[in-house]
Amino acid sequence: MPRITVNVDGIAYEEEVEPRLLLVHLLRDRLGKTGTPIGCDTGNCGACTVMLDGQSAKSCSVLAVQADGSDVVTVEGLARGGEWHPMQRAFHEEHALQCGYCTPGMIMAAIDLLRDDPDPSEEAVREGLEGNLCRCTGYCNIVRAVRRGAAEMSRRSASESSAQEVPAP
Amino acid sequence: MTEQLVENAPSAAHEVGKARRRKEDARLVTGRTTWTDNIQLPGMMYVAFLRSPMAHARITRVDTSAASGRPGVVAVYSGRDFADEQGSLPCAWPVSEDVVIPDHPPMAVDEVRYVGEAVACVVATDRYRAADALEAIEIDYEPLDPVLDMTEALAEGSTKVHDAGNQAFTWKFAGGDIEEAFRDAPVVIERTYVQQRLIPSAMEPRAVVATTDGDAFTLYSATQIPHILRVMLALTTGIPEHKLRVIAPDVGGGFGSKLQVTAEEVLALLLTRRLGRPVKWTESRSEGNLTVHHGRDQLQRISVAADRDGRVRGVKVDLLADMGAYLMLVTPGVPLLGAFMYNGIYKMDAYDFSCTGVFTTKMPTDAYRGAGRPEATFAIERAMDELAHELGMDPVELRRRNWITHEEFPYTTICGLTYDSGNYEAATERALALLGYDKLRAEQADRRDRRDPVQLGIGVSTFTEMCGLAPSRVLGSLSYGAGGWEHASVRMLPTGKVEVVTGSSPHGQGHETAWSQIVADALGVPFEDVSVLHGDTSVSHKGMDTYGSRSLAVGGVAVLAACEKVKDRAKELAAHLLEASADDIEFADGTFKVRGTGAGRTIQELALATFAAHDLPDGFEPALDADATFDPDNFSFPHGTHLCAIEVDTETGASKIRTYVAVDDVGSVVNPLIVEGQVHGGIAQGIAQALFEEAVYDTEGNLLTTTMADYLIPSAADLPDFVTDRTETPATTNPLGVKGVGEAGTIASTPAVVNAIVDALRPYGVNDVRMPCTPERIWRTVTEADPAIWAGPTAAGNNIGDSAGPPATGGDTTDWAGPTVAGDDITGSAAEGGAR
Repeated sequence: MPRITVNVDGIAYEEEVEPRLLLVHLLRDRLGKTGTPIGCDTGNCGACTVMLDGQSAKSCSVLAVQADGSDVVTVEGLARGGEWHPMQRAFHEEHALQCGYCTPGMIMAAIDLLRDDPDPSEEAVREGLEGNLCRCTGYCNIVRAVRRGAAEMSRRSASESSAQEVPAP
Repeated sequence: MTEQLVENAPSAAHEVGKARRRKEDARLVTGRTTWTDNIQLPGMMYVAFLRSPMAHARITRVDTSAASGRPGVVAVYSGRDFADEQGSLPCAWPVSEDVVIPDHPPMAVDEVRYVGEAVACVVATDRYRAADALEAIEIDYEPLDPVLDMTEALAEGSTKVHDAGNQAFTWKFAGGDIEEAFRDAPVVIERTYVQQRLIPSAMEPRAVVATTDGDAFTLYSATQIPHILRVMLALTTGIPEHKLRVIAPDVGGGFGSKLQVTAEEVLALLLTRRLGRPVKWTESRSEGNLTVHHGRDQLQRISVAADRDGRVRGVKVDLLADMGAYLMLVTPGVPLLGAFMYNGIYKMDAYDFSCTGVFTTKMPTDAYRGAGRPEATFAIERAMDELAHELGMDPVELRRRNWITHEEFPYTTICGLTYDSGNYEAATERALALLGYDKLRAEQADRRDRRDPVQLGIGVSTFTEMCGLAPSRVLGSLSYGAGGWEHASVRMLPTGKVEVVTGSSPHGQGHETAWSQIVADALGVPFEDVSVLHGDTSVSHKGMDTYGSRSLAVGGVAVLAACEKVKDRAKELAAHLLEASADDIEFADGTFKVRGTGAGRTIQELALATFAAHDLPDGFEPALDADATFDPDNFSFPHGTHLCAIEVDTETGASKIRTYVAVDDVGSVVNPLIVEGQVHGGIAQGIAQALFEEAVYDTEGNLLTTTMADYLIPSAADLPDFVTDRTETPATTNPLGVKGVGEAGTIASTPAVVNAIVDALRPYGVNDVRMPCTPERIWRTVTEADPAIWAGPTAAGNNIGDSAGPPATGGDTTDWAGPTVAGDDITGSAAEGGAR
């Protein structure tokens, strides 16, 4: 069986896997990373979205062996120092989740969307999240949350860069 | 959203009404959830089911020997191996004297009756090996004719789904003199509408884990109904109820689909009992589309008799309801929940309803968000628009002339229901203003004048619905097998914190937050000091669970009632400790005070006093805790006005919702954020029925829409932002003044959207487009319309419709299970799905 190494949410794992094992099953069944759920098996719903080497990927459509040597970030690895990621906070503030099953994938896809467009319009958010399905919210509050999260992330990166520009005393 | 953030604001009275952010979110946004499929138990085995590839066949041979020898396989069983112990899946709603409830084995033994029916199962060390071994099971089938069309199913000589025939039941109901209402009526509108078959599609697939310690059993399930499930599983499997614990952990949506007792739940218990080890089964989405019960699937004939001034005299309804192959938990009851709603919000002299349940060789239908009321609301609201058109009257004006005015509440309808409160005028006025109705009508007239290829339609839906299922006596009179009460416990802990146990079982509704708000106000404790427990029959020992928009209107009121009892006990104790008469004790902001003095005790101090129990009144049990059970004496009747403005491109058939306005009246509101979310999601699901979704079977009875690539759940890109607002007319039937909200949006929105599409196409002589109103269906309807009616630019450009036939009337044709329709949908689905 192939032996792979994969870093998941900051922890390095070395695993022997069947070639056919899906990344999402590696995460859930082998590594206990059950924060990433499975919604459809066909790459349509996006519930299983994770960051694979910095880009969003639907982990039901990736083989574990394809992730060999990769860095995976799941919704469980977003918080820093006990503080939620701005996008997690925004989903909470805007009531952008009900049952919450799509939420991990939705949050990961939203963060990925902002890499290309840090200040997306409503329409851009709707188009950008087309690959992530939610059955509860009707999406209105998800769109609001993504834009709110985007604004907060921009504010933080602006204050971080201005902090760096402050000359040493 | 105008409410300020209250996350860190100090707690105060009047939590009810505040847009509290949800307590549930912390685990959900960080991935620390407990979905059933997350559960891993030592020694746990995985189950996979082999499912029938035939819609209707006799099983002539089963050979599991090759599968048994596969690596990692623990056991392989067919239906015959469990024939003596698997029992029959229950139907809890024997609606009529003539109802036929066929035996429904969890795994088929002799005959299969729909594609996807379980015929065998494998238990193995992991899910991959379990799935592998399915391939080695050999089953021979002797094909029988599928039964797919309800009308054909009822015809003489049709193939029988069950020996007793294809009629499951008949049910009739009438009020007033319908003959008189229709005799010499100046206007009669007769229409036939098709409620297509839908797949509920909760995002979390079903999953079950069962385990036993050799004596008692625990079943984890992605279910809406842990309490009902426990009773039903005990009756089905013979495991004594007190030896069976059912847990609904975090549940990822239901929409009615998890209001069920499933084959897989029964078999998980039986496999655990036989093997003595834990088992897990989680469905794939394709398995789910095949075998999670479907929704809707009715053929509706509705007739409305009216006077020339628009006054409705009477309504007649005749339904065929597709049961599918078996009657599941409440399958035959679904049309009955609509039977009292075809009169909508209107006054009339007479009403007549009849329904026939029909067996076919398809997946059984059962409750799906709204269950009966969306079908009823669709039919009456579509028919009212047809009547308005026939009379040349504005559809809002027609409704005004017929609706119950706010002064007339409480109002007993022609169906005998007493609507307790409402204000249709106020909701409608607000909706019209938010939409800019008059301006849009002017634009519509302009587009019609210009023969604009993009036409504008405005759809109206003024709805009410009966929910908050409840009254046990009424449910009993309808032959439902259970009551409609709800239970709650409030426990005062020694440190003054509060545990609330609720019998309703959330799967996204936000009970933990809303119940905390109710308790915070009732007991004067901080919102943060309340925790809500649910979904485990060992913790919440009594309950009727969550469906029918009942949680708040029944379960939330039970929580309030339990708080009142706690307060009564606390008052008695406070009087004792303060050496005062109980009559002199007043309660405010969590403190019991002697009137006119500063002396008082907080509820937290009183809770601690019962823990110590050093100084209690004689005979006073050392606890403030209380239980309450609430069984309201009426349903809840939310209402509202939904308006949809839609642009329809007559050259391509594409439609685009421009503005969607919803003004709902759900009575008093505990948490406006949660209410708005429920309305949003409900609207989306109703729009989905109108525009996107349909479960399609081919002529052999194979489901074609087995994945989310084929069954089109709308994405964010497919839907607009919704304009929502509320009017508040408190319910008079419960002390919170609340009405249900979970299903309202879905009930209201489907007719609003289809009315809008038909309104856009009126110049073409179109009076219906069958749901889902896909671009192809709209385009065909327009191109097949009689060009003589309006030789618009589109008709001139596409002469396909010139050949023959009457003007297209979409849903009036009943070709609904035919190959043409199926073919249309495959094309439409593939094209749209591929774009995603």
